Amino acid sequence: MDNSIIGQHISERFNQELEDIRNKVLMMGGLVERQIQLAVEAYTTGNMELAEQVIKQDNDVDELEVAIDQECTQILALRQPTAFDLRLLIAVIKIIHEIERVGDKAERIAEMAIKLAGIGNKIPHHELEHMSDLVKGMLHDALDAFARMTLENVPDITLMDEKVDREYDNILRQLITRMMEDPRNITQTLDVLWTIRALERIGDHACYICEHLVYMINGEDVRHLSHEELEKRVKMPR
Amino acid sequence: MSAQEIRTHAIDMSSVLRGKEESQHPNETCIKVENLNLFYGEKQALYDINMEMHKKKVTAYIGPSGCGKSTLLRCINRMNDLVDCAKIDGKILLDGENIYDKSVNVAALRRRVGMVFQKPNPFPKSIFENVAYGLRIQGVNDKRVLEETVEKALTGAALWDEMKDRLNDNALGISGGQQQRLVIARAIAIEPEVLLLDEPASALDPISTLKIEELINELKEKYTIVIVTHNMQQAARVSDYTAFMYMGELIEIGTTSELFTNPVKKQTEDYITGRYG
Repeated sequence: MDNSIIGQHISERFNQELEDIRNKVLMMGGLVERQIQLAVEAYTTGNMELAEQVIKQDNDVDELEVAIDQECTQILALRQPTAFDLRLLIAVIKIIHEIERVGDKAERIAEMAIKLAGIGNKIPHHELEHMSDLVKGMLHDALDAFARMTLENVPDITLMDEKVDREYDNILRQLITRMMEDPRNITQTLDVLWTIRALERIGDHACYICEHLVYMINGEDVRHLSHEELEKRVKMPR
Repeated sequence: MSAQEIRTHAIDMSSVLRGKEESQHPNETCIKVENLNLFYGEKQALYDINMEMHKKKVTAYIGPSGCGKSTLLRCINRMNDLVDCAKIDGKILLDGENIYDKSVNVAALRRRVGMVFQKPNPFPKSIFENVAYGLRIQGVNDKRVLEETVEKALTGAALWDEMKDRLNDNALGISGGQQQRLVIARAIAIEPEVLLLDEPASALDPISTLKIEELINELKEKYTIVIVTHNMQQAARVSDYTAFMYMGELIEIGTTSELFTNPVKKQTEDYITGRYG
């Protein structure tokens, strides 16, 4: 399957409506990708303006979510779609929810950036930056898979999440040690913890997007499966 | 069970999650079509059809005009026998017995397999006589038996309350939706096993259509139903199984929920999603 499937209806207007929804989802995805980028930059550089920008931009993401939701509801009611079209709309409704949550996580990182900037954050950034690169890549690939409507990269994305989880555990251990060494660090360290937790969750949301994509393209519900099982199902010919 | 009870009650997940398909009637084959080919003169209209229809389930045939769905439906009570140039080979088994066997009495077969057409076709007689007609031609003339049967059939067709005070009115004077339900009552008065419905609601307004659909849902408790419809949403609403036909071939048959959410064949997908295939 590829993305040309959207434009093959006899009804040209239906083609346009679906294309419009697809474009809006990608636009929304692009917005949150940028939000993560700016939020992490704000965190590492202490640039308050960037952080403020991320927080402000979240309204755009929310508005897009509501608009796409409405369009999907309208198509469901007026066109009573079936098969792939139905699965596309159901998947879109779920995917935009995941994207919106990613936006919230980016906002959260921006808020932590503002909080930590004043105190002079002494925890090294490179591990956090590495983790953010991983999750940004995951989200980017998931949105790319949606844009192209293929599942080839899905197993790699979900596998990457395991790496992100290991990174998260590593940083978490360091943070716990830091808190144990000096309880005066606890408040600040907790803020760092919320930040890496937000990044880790972004990875999870990217995986959820992949699961919705598998449903959309293969018609199979692969939620709550292990990575190995998911990989097997994705590669299994229909 | 009250809302409070539902929330505090221990949940039996197996009953909550049980699929719609596993209803009270287990799947038992009622009609089996085997290697059926049909020709109208030189032209072949059905190509090697093989399918099963389950007892007390609704099976819908969908497909573009001229794909052979009505032809296939009409094979099930040998209506195509009336077409001079029609030639059929293959078998249709009704409860294991081939209806195209030489020994089969066609009139008896049609008593077992009732049919309702697109346009309501009541006889120009009273409502009562329309429903009683099937029994009368079987030689039943006992007034009490006839009255009981008419009431039962009209009740079964969800028409009794509307018609009970006007049983002697001419059937041509009632609305199209009522006429169609009357025709269904006439079909079920002789207690067939199978009901064939050829676009039963296509000439009706939305409310009458809903009433017919509701009726189909009630009738499947007692009868095996096969319905041909151009309205895909209607097939989705009323049927347990859907068969998609294209140019005389059976492309795909499956449970309705599966066929409309995740069809196996691309041709089915293209048709039900309105794509040019």
